[in-house]
Amino acid sequence: MSAALRFRNLTLGYDRHPAVHHLDGAVETGALVAVVGPNGAGKSTLFKGIVGVIKPLAGRIERGDPNPQNIAYLPQAAEIDRTFPINVYDMVAMGLWRRAGSFGGIDRAARASIEQAMDAVGLSGFEDRAIATLSGGQMQRMLFARLLLQDAHVIVLDEPFNAVDAKTSADLFDLVQRWHGERRTVLTAMHDIDFVRANFPETLLLAREPVAWGHTANVLTPENLLAARRMCEAFDQHAELCPEEQAPPSPPFSEAARAGIDPQP
Amino acid sequence: MSTLFQTFIAPFSEFEFMRRALAGALALALGACPIGVFLMLRRMSLVGDAMAHAILPGAAVGFLLSGLNLFAMTAGGLIAGFVVALLTGLVARTTELKEDAALATFYLLSLAVGVTIISLKGTNIDLLHVLFGNVLALDDQTLLMIAANASVTLIVLALIYRPLVIECVDPGFMRTVSRAGGPAHLAFLVLVVLNLVSGFYALGTLLAVGIMMLPAAIGRFWARDTTLMIVIATASGAASGYAGLLISFHAGVASGPAIILVAGGLYLASLLFGRVGGLVRQAFPGRHLEA
Repeated sequence: MSAALRFRNLTLGYDRHPAVHHLDGAVETGALVAVVGPNGAGKSTLFKGIVGVIKPLAGRIERGDPNPQNIAYLPQAAEIDRTFPINVYDMVAMGLWRRAGSFGGIDRAARASIEQAMDAVGLSGFEDRAIATLSGGQMQRMLFARLLLQDAHVIVLDEPFNAVDAKTSADLFDLVQRWHGERRTVLTAMHDIDFVRANFPETLLLAREPVAWGHTANVLTPENLLAARRMCEAFDQHAELCPEEQAPPSPPFSEAARAGIDPQP
Repeated sequence: MSTLFQTFIAPFSEFEFMRRALAGALALALGACPIGVFLMLRRMSLVGDAMAHAILPGAAVGFLLSGLNLFAMTAGGLIAGFVVALLTGLVARTTELKEDAALATFYLLSLAVGVTIISLKGTNIDLLHVLFGNVLALDDQTLLMIAANASVTLIVLALIYRPLVIECVDPGFMRTVSRAGGPAHLAFLVLVVLNLVSGFYALGTLLAVGIMMLPAAIGRFWARDTTLMIVIATASGAASGYAGLLISFHAGVASGPAIILVAGGLYLASLLFGRVGGLVRQAFPGRHLEA
């Protein structure tokens, strides 16, 4: 079993203050991982590190597939200019960037795949709508359609079901499960603990420090959740330098500890 | 019939300087209007204006060194534009001053330096020429340069169109799929300066940006997608050039301001009656639909 992502004593942060501190472990190819933790736990920071938007303060991330185009990313707050005059179809078509790039044409097969993606997220008939006219849920559906077309091996979703209704999040989670079935690696930041318990085989509980990582049932215990809640959220402005040599040894998130997790659905 | 001919065609068929002016104005519209649409969509409308002033000292130094030499003034203008853009970026990143304040300080300084340099050597006629341009006095060389700039603009814009649009709508997405966003933005800024230099000769440093931004704003009131917006902007820019020259010819007013005033009139009409968000449309939206 090869790892899609491997974190080696990874520390990510801003202005030298860690937001993710000494994370070790591996995400197997085809895994469906929920990343859970309180606000400020470093979930988004971890994802930005994975897609390469921010560079590690220390340690490193090893990607099983070196091509960055094979990681698709749905940020928590997309920087989309919603007033820009562009329609839903063109927005979804951006997902074909890897195939089409700056100059490549959109041929009949590509048009068919765009239509399929729009159909899969329930946006058929919205092709000519300006993105300014979409509701929050429709916007999220559109972004999922674009993710579908990106056809990436690793998909990183930062709180994708926030601020969408139950129907929309159920529809979109169907797509997540479809990706899982296609043996794509999916990491999803989540707040709904019950939903994670019911649907995600594997969970990483993060509170700046990694609290636990493994089988969801073993990770989301009351003790672990309490420990996560207690960990201080704020940056300490006068924090001492982190003594590298005293950094905790790799937490027990090795493959052995998670043996038995079958990333297959 | 003959009056129509006299009014609309004869000025151009009879006078060569009018034909040149028309060719210059049309070429200018072809290059500058698409650029203006992107400036507007990127919320950089005033950046164009500031940059138009910023290129003045470079052109002035070129003028000081070699008189009204086209190549020297163009190169100087380009260099000054980039120096101001770079200094602005540097100050905004390293100090408390934000980008807009940094740009404002440098372009005003640049404008003052430029006017001073021209007044050192040139006459008041030269100064007027630089500030207001003279579309009626375009020589072969200048005309060719404006046309070349328009061609380069259209070709480069075609090359960077897709990354530029994605970079505008969703910069975060662009960063994760490609590194082309940054270079596309840089190429776009080069095109902005290039077209300002063109506009500089025809309309002068004060009004050069008018042929960029007014047509772009007109387009915004009639189109919901970028392509149509660019087409409408370019068409209204070209129409303004033609009508402005005619008015200038018949009424004996300065040609540059006449062109911009026509564009301004079209803009006001669009503001009132535009299909997309025009004021009249907003006041009387009609009955709402069933679904």
